[in-house]
Formats: sequence, structure tokens, C-alpha cells
Amino acid sequence: MARMNMIEAIRSTLAYQLQKDDDVLIFGEDVGYFGGVFRCTDGLQETYGLKRCFDTPISEGGIIGVAIGMAAAGLRPVVEIQFSDYIYPAYDQIASEAARLRYRSNGDFTAPLTIRTPVGGGIYGGETHSQSPEALFTHICGIKSVIPSNPYDAKGLLNTAIETNDPVMFFEPKRLYNGPFDGDPDKPAMSWDSSELGEVPDEEYRIPLGEARTIREGNAITILAYGTMVWVAEAAVRSHGIDAEIIDLRSLIPLDMKTISASVEKTGRCVVVHEATRTSGFGAELAALVQEHCFYSLEAPVQRVTGWDTPYPHALEWHYFPGQARVAAALEQVLEAA
Amino acid sequence: MTKDESDTNSDLYIPEPLHRPGDTPDFSHIHVRRNDNLEQPDVLVDSYETERHAGGLIRVMDMQGVASGPWLPQVTPDILRKGLRAMLLTRLMDDRMFAMQRQGKLSFYLKSRGEEAVSVAQTLAIRKTDMVFPTYRQQGVLIARDYPMKRMMCQCLSNAGDSSLGRQMPTMYSSREYGFFSISGNLGTQFIQSVGWAMASAYKRRDDLAMAYIGDGSTAEGDFHYALNFASTYRAPVVLNIVNNQWAISSFQGIAGGQSKTFASRGLGYGLASLRVDGNDFLAVYAVTRWAAERARRGGGATVIEHYTYRAEGHSSSDDPSKYRPNEEASAWPYGDPIERLKQHLIVIGEWDDARHNALVDDLSTYVRDTYKEAEALGSIAAGTGIDPKTMFEGVYEHMTPTLDEQARVSGVGTWRE
Repeated sequence: MARMNMIEAIRSTLAYQLQKDDDVLIFGEDVGYFGGVFRCTDGLQETYGLKRCFDTPISEGGIIGVAIGMAAAGLRPVVEIQFSDYIYPAYDQIASEAARLRYRSNGDFTAPLTIRTPVGGGIYGGETHSQSPEALFTHICGIKSVIPSNPYDAKGLLNTAIETNDPVMFFEPKRLYNGPFDGDPDKPAMSWDSSELGEVPDEEYRIPLGEARTIREGNAITILAYGTMVWVAEAAVRSHGIDAEIIDLRSLIPLDMKTISASVEKTGRCVVVHEATRTSGFGAELAALVQEHCFYSLEAPVQRVTGWDTPYPHALEWHYFPGQARVAAALEQVLEAA
Repeated sequence: MTKDESDTNSDLYIPEPLHRPGDTPDFSHIHVRRNDNLEQPDVLVDSYETERHAGGLIRVMDMQGVASGPWLPQVTPDILRKGLRAMLLTRLMDDRMFAMQRQGKLSFYLKSRGEEAVSVAQTLAIRKTDMVFPTYRQQGVLIARDYPMKRMMCQCLSNAGDSSLGRQMPTMYSSREYGFFSISGNLGTQFIQSVGWAMASAYKRRDDLAMAYIGDGSTAEGDFHYALNFASTYRAPVVLNIVNNQWAISSFQGIAGGQSKTFASRGLGYGLASLRVDGNDFLAVYAVTRWAAERARRGGGATVIEHYTYRAEGHSSSDDPSKYRPNEEASAWPYGDPIERLKQHLIVIGEWDDARHNALVDDLSTYVRDTYKEAEALGSIAAGTGIDPKTMFEGVYEHMTPTLDEQARVSGVGTWRE
């Protein structure tokens, strides 16, 4: 058992995959010699060689297009898009090509690639280094979308993602790379040393896609969250003494509807939390699913706590970020509803 | 108008084609020469040595079918007859399927008339293990590789004989077995994917190439730039073909920036060997493809080839080219018809004659008609496709998901649950 932050967990998983399978190639902007702007590939080129982990042109569409061709040819590319804010030039290749290659060719060609990309704000990244575009991908059939909230899950989910024969979006909440974050920017940064989810076993393990993790059991209300907001919600619940059940979805597509339904049927109340903008966000899908599956168990309308429908502002980052106060206010409102 | 016109030279320029409906096509500005004095360089030549080849036009045959010059390929009459047969078969199938589309048997069709030499000659110049990343106008590749025509027709009819279960529009074939990558209707996307395939081939230390196609119009897509840039950066063993057939639906090639510089010359800026070839000259297309394939296999990296040709029919069954260009433009095209030219060449070298040609056309016509009947017996859009609706929900992912299973159940087609 080793103490790791999320960067180390991801890096060790990538190293294991490179070691295990010659068909795994890692590439992206600055991932080679330098080891990535967040250091997730640090040392991999040195250990596994130039051809296994290399730099690409600044060309997100080119990176994904090349990865699709490689994957169709039998390799298993794991590519990094440096910030998810940069992914839009690759959207055609992801949505029209990677996601549909298996279907349109009836399995003649497939695209088993993993696209790693940092998401979320809280690092003063402004509008171009803070976005959470997961809903643009959960809307596309044929790809899976995964988002870990801690080092332990990052390792288990990344192993599964790379070994999956479908294309997988692997969203990494950059505010959680070095430690859990409760949404309060004025507190000293925490490290993963303080969390049992920072304990990452040396042996390899896989977490199936589509299995949520119940972070905290409770009876009064269900919180559906993922990524950074798991820890913000957890802090809000703790500081307000709310008997909430917090479900970390971990994988958005496929979605663990069983765990969600069981919890909402138990508590009768539900709040959905995400950092992404509100309108047509993944929270809308969750709210719709909860009312479709659990309507007669609900004692109050489902509420969403999200980022506002504005670009991610730089100076006003903490006005934008859906922090503990907004989460707590929503919880209290839903709890008070008749 | 904020300024008097006399005050400025500034004005917005919008390119316009030479001819519009009602005009008499005039291509007299095109000087049809034997070969622009373009030598055949060593295959590992520095890319800048191909500058004249990117700006000129590589040709082997003159308009009387006489072949000569430095690009004259070593190719047996048997290969040429195979090429002639595949081009004829492509055209006859196109005609048949287009007619059947007009009868409502299929939803859509795309012909490749006038461009058959590009697909067929190139396919015969590479290996069967090389992967082709086609556009929807490369049906000649499958035919030159002896793919079963009935399966192509079943794909177009969207019936139970379509190995892709009617999931794609007609002509969007896929066959890994025949080295034919699944066609995307989104233009240009496959160009960069082919570079990835080629990089994978190189990584695996295999000798197989990738060969990709893009139209003159789609060179304007970012994927074109990505492909040339990555191919150059990683010296990928890929042949990158631009089929300049002059028209992108209704937009002439000038709308893609073709007026000031040849499309082939785009490759030079990326440090790629770049050749421009008479796309209606079977021998020249064969020769440049052999050159590019050998360059790639010997570690010289990618070559950009512009095939200068003419789309002799509408874009598709949904198009009416008489709305935007003169009907006579195709017959006025100064580089003729690729099938007629190869036929003439074979006659000139004493390897073919009209009687054999007519007999071959008769045979192939019968074959196309009979094969079509067999294909249509398996269903059509008009008569019912015979495709099980349950298949609609399969293959989105490797394994069935609970969500899709539930949607299938709600839709009434069934469930995969035990």
C-alpha cells in the first residue's frame, strides 16, 4: 500500500499499462520528455522509450484522429488533451468517428482509445482552463464517460478504461490532483495523505464502469455528485450536520441507476450537484432519471446545484464555483419541503 | 458604402467558376501537354525536389493512347486489362444502381463516373494488405480488389445481405478483410485517421501502408492540415490523395482556394513529396502511386498526390448539376475519359480491340444485372429490408447496456435480459 495523490495514481497506472501491453501508446501535448503540464506522464518516456510516450503537435483534432486510426489498427492509444477546454477541435473526431465506428461498421472496425483530460476550476484558470464539458460527451452514444474523485478510484477506473474496447472519456478533476478540496479556497490546501482514498494498493485492480461509490451513508436526503463536487458536498453535509447519503457516480456513462434508485427510494429526497454550467448539464439528465424511476418515493422536487450559465470567470471564480454554502442551501430547502 | 469607390482598391473578392449554365464550356486555356518535362526522381528524393511535380502535371498517355516518358510504368497488359475491366464494372454498377435509385429501390446513390482510374489504378499499384481510407467515391477500390459485388449492392439496398445491417447510407461500405476502412459521410475525417493507421503499422514494424482520399473541397477541413502535419512530423508510411474533380457539390474548386496554387503544392509546405497527376491517365496514376508506395515502404514517409480529374456526373442522386454548371462541361474536359483512354492505349499496343471490348461490356452488363437481381431478392428500402429491428440497439458499445436494453424493451423489439 502506498500513499499517492491522484497524479501519482494515474502515472503508476499508465506505467503498469505500458509495461503490460506493447499496444498501449501514450501521446499528447507536452506529455513526452517533459511529462505533462500536470506531471501525469512524468518519467514514462524515459522508462518505456520514445515510441511509447511521445509529444504531439498542438492539434487536438489531429491527436484524436491519429488515435482512432491507431486504435482501429489494433493499438490501444491513451491520449491526453491538456485541458478539456481545448477539446472542441476534436469533437467531430470523437462524436462522429470514435463513438460511431463500431456501430456503423457493425464491429468491423472499433476504436478502443482512452482520452484523458483535466476538468473543472478552482485553480484560477479562467474561461479556458476551468470548464467541465462532460455533458457534451454523455450526450453522445458510443462513448463512455468516467470521472474519478480520488486516487484509489483513479487507478481502478483508469485500468478499466484503458482495457475497455469502447472509447472512454476519462475526466480528471484538476482541483483534486493534489488533495481533496472542500470548496473553501481560503483554507490551506489539503493533501491526499489525510484521506483513506489516498491509499493506493500496489497490486493492480479494476473498478467496473457503471458502479457508483457511496461516500457516506444517510437517511434524510440523497446527493448525487461526481469529481470535485463530491468533496464539497461532503464538507457541506458535515459542517451542517445533515443526515445525507452521498453517491459519487464515478462513471456517468454507463450510469449506476440501481444505486441511485435504491438511495432515493430510501431517503425520498435528492439534490444533484455538479460544477458544470446548469442548462442541459448532466444534472438535468440525473434529475429526469430520478423522477422517472423514483417519482412515487419523492417527497420534494429534485434540485440542482451547479455552476452558473456564464463562462468560467477569472476574478470571480469563487462566485461562480458552487461551494458549500450553495450546496447546503439547496439541501436545507429540499429537506424543508413538505 | 462608407467610402467612395474611387478612394480605395479594397474590395471583397468572391471566386467564380469559368462556366455557368448557358455558357459554352471553353477549356482552351488548359494546354494539354505530354508531361510538362517532369522526370521521375529517385523515390527517396528530398521533398523540395518535387516542387515542379506539384505544380505541373504528370502524364504518360497522350490523347491518342500512346504511352511514353519517364513515368511510363512497368506494367503487364494483364494488369491493364484487369484495370480496364474494374473501371468498366465500376461504371456499369454505378449506372445500374443510379437507375435503381430513381426507381425507389434505394434511398441514395453516388457515382464515380470520370474518376474510375484514380481508385482502380491506385488499388492495383499497392498491396492487398495496405489499408485504404476512402471517400464515398472510391467504390472502384473494392471492385479492383474483387470484393463481391452482391455485397456492395446489398449495402446500397440496405437489406439483410448488408454486413453493416443497413446502418449507413448507400455506398458507405466497410471491409477490414478487403483493406477498406469504414466510410464516414463527414468529409475529411478519415484523412488524419489514415496517418494513425500508418503510424501503427510503422510502430509494429509492418510493411503495410495506409492510403487515404480527400476531395478538393474537403482540403479546406482542418483534418487535411492535421493529416499533412502529422504525416510529416512522424514520417508516416501513407499515401495522401487529393481527388481534384473540380466540383464539391455545386462549389467549384476555387472555393477551396484552388485558384492561386495547385492542391498538390499544399504538401510542399509540410515537407512532403508532392505530385500532381492527370487523374484520367490510368498509367500515370499507376506510376505515381507505385512511386509513392515505394517511397513510404522504404522509409521516405508520406506523399501527397493531386489527381486532376473531372466529376462527370452530379454529386449524388440528390443533386442536379445542370443548376450550376453547363451540361456539356464534362464532354469538353480536355483530359478525356479514363476508360476510353486506357482502352485506346491497349488497342495501340496490340493488346485489345473493339470486338473484345464490346464482348467484355456485354458480359459485365449481364453480370451486373444478374447480380443486382440476386441482391434485390434479399430486400430493399422499397420492398422491406428484412433487417431485424432489434439490431438497431446492438453494437453501440461492445456489450449491451441496461439503458439500451430498456429502450429496446420499450420500443417493442425485445430484450437481452435473461
